[in-house]
Amino acid sequence: MIALLARDLRLAMRAGGGFGLGLAFFLVLAVLVPLGVGPEGGTLAAIAPGILWIGALLACLLSLDRIFALDFEDGSLDLLATAPIPLEGVVAVKALAHWLTTGLPLVLAAPVLGILLNLPGPAYGELVVSLLIGTPALSVIGAFGAALTVGLKRGGLLMSLLVLPLYVPTLVFGAEAVSRGAQGLPVATPLLLLAGITAGSTALLPFAAALALRINLR
Amino acid sequence: MTPTPRPSLWEYANPVKFMRLSDWLLPLTAWLAAAAIAVGLVWGFFLTPDDFRQGSTVKIIFLHVPSALMAINAWAMMLVASLVWLIRRHHVSALAARAAGPVGAMMTLIALFTGAIWGQPMWGTWWAWDPRLTSFLILFLFYLGYIALWSAIEDPDTAADLTAVLCIVGSVFAVLSRYAAIFWNQGLHQGASLSVAPGTRMDWAYKAPLYVSMTGFGLLFLALVLAGTRTEIRARRMKALINRERMQG
Amino acid sequence: MMPDLGRYAVEVTLAYAVSLALLATLVGWVWLRGRRVRRALADIEARAGRKG
Repeated sequence: MIALLARDLRLAMRAGGGFGLGLAFFLVLAVLVPLGVGPEGGTLAAIAPGILWIGALLACLLSLDRIFALDFEDGSLDLLATAPIPLEGVVAVKALAHWLTTGLPLVLAAPVLGILLNLPGPAYGELVVSLLIGTPALSVIGAFGAALTVGLKRGGLLMSLLVLPLYVPTLVFGAEAVSRGAQGLPVATPLLLLAGITAGSTALLPFAAALALRINLR
Repeated sequence: MTPTPRPSLWEYANPVKFMRLSDWLLPLTAWLAAAAIAVGLVWGFFLTPDDFRQGSTVKIIFLHVPSALMAINAWAMMLVASLVWLIRRHHVSALAARAAGPVGAMMTLIALFTGAIWGQPMWGTWWAWDPRLTSFLILFLFYLGYIALWSAIEDPDTAADLTAVLCIVGSVFAVLSRYAAIFWNQGLHQGASLSVAPGTRMDWAYKAPLYVSMTGFGLLFLALVLAGTRTEIRARRMKALINRERMQG
Repeated sequence: MMPDLGRYAVEVTLAYAVSLALLATLVGWVWLRGRRVRRALADIEARAGRKG
């Protein structure tokens, strides 16, 4: 399993592997939003939590189809399915690799983009913590969506349609935590709910994703 | 001597038996649905008094509540049918779930439209991000994804399996989204209670036509799902015949 | 005999019109699709029958 993780990470780092693409997208979004809504600090501060979370969401979505598609095309997914480790474990490891290459960089970059968007001072801690807690859920849910659409030739667009509604609870609680932090309100409740979603989807969705993969590999 | 099998509900999982049953059940439900909806809506539109607070807009309830009810029930039926398909592999069940998708989506759309038109004079806005409205919009997105996944996959059994998995996972997330929406709105705008609360001491003058209309929408849903399932069974048979022709060259 | 709908005549009528139109679309779609598939199937079955 560790070998699989290392392999996935290496593949992602390699040129054309998509590493950094999500990050660049996140940056572009943070530049485009002020250009669209105007430079007033007050407006930007009010929408910054939502924009940062939506940016993280879309940046995650961008690299989801890489989780299984390449392995499906060259047949290594068939090998993984017959390997001694359970397919559920493969899904979990692949989601983890996706999070390490996409989610974690987003968490680290978010405070810098927060400055661009004039995010109020007290919210930085909540921003990092909420993204740290929430982005693993984005990767796991995304892995499920990728497993559903892996057999389709043009599955990318369909996958967005399937995955984005599933992201709703994560987005709501994550952005809520940040905007409460910006207003100086207590943030424990949304953070706990966010952690609950991450824990629940990490525990259960690999099984659903592995089921979908087996169906697609039949 | 073989014991005669006890007749059970699962008998109708056989496509041939289902076709025979729906041959007479479909026209029956269709006509009953048409009659009940006609009675309910005509009664509601022409023969109910105005509400002292909401004026004549109260008449929209005879469309809004039944369609909202069926929007949720359609998803619940899809969930049950998906589970039946995954556990017992009855093709009719999978096809019934597929047939229910567009019907449920349209019911959601009607509920949203009537809600918007009702909200305009009552709340002064076409759309408010009220938890109920928001969760219905999200439910609509789930329907769209479900329908899109069905039509995207070529192989019928794979499509049935994957959409069933999506339906089950989607149900969990739809419920989560509902609670997230409640939390979200109350968190942002405290005390903004826009809900109409139709249950509070409604007079029988409204209740009676509402129940008739609800029955009508339920029967309509049943009729449309029966018709859609028949179509899907025929489409499946057609595909099989075409494949056999190709094999024979 | 239109009932007196008062101030909200436009809204109420609009709600009924839109809903009935959507319902008609749905019923029509299910019907047409059903008819198309039924005819196509009858065609193919007739062809398969000729061949034996």
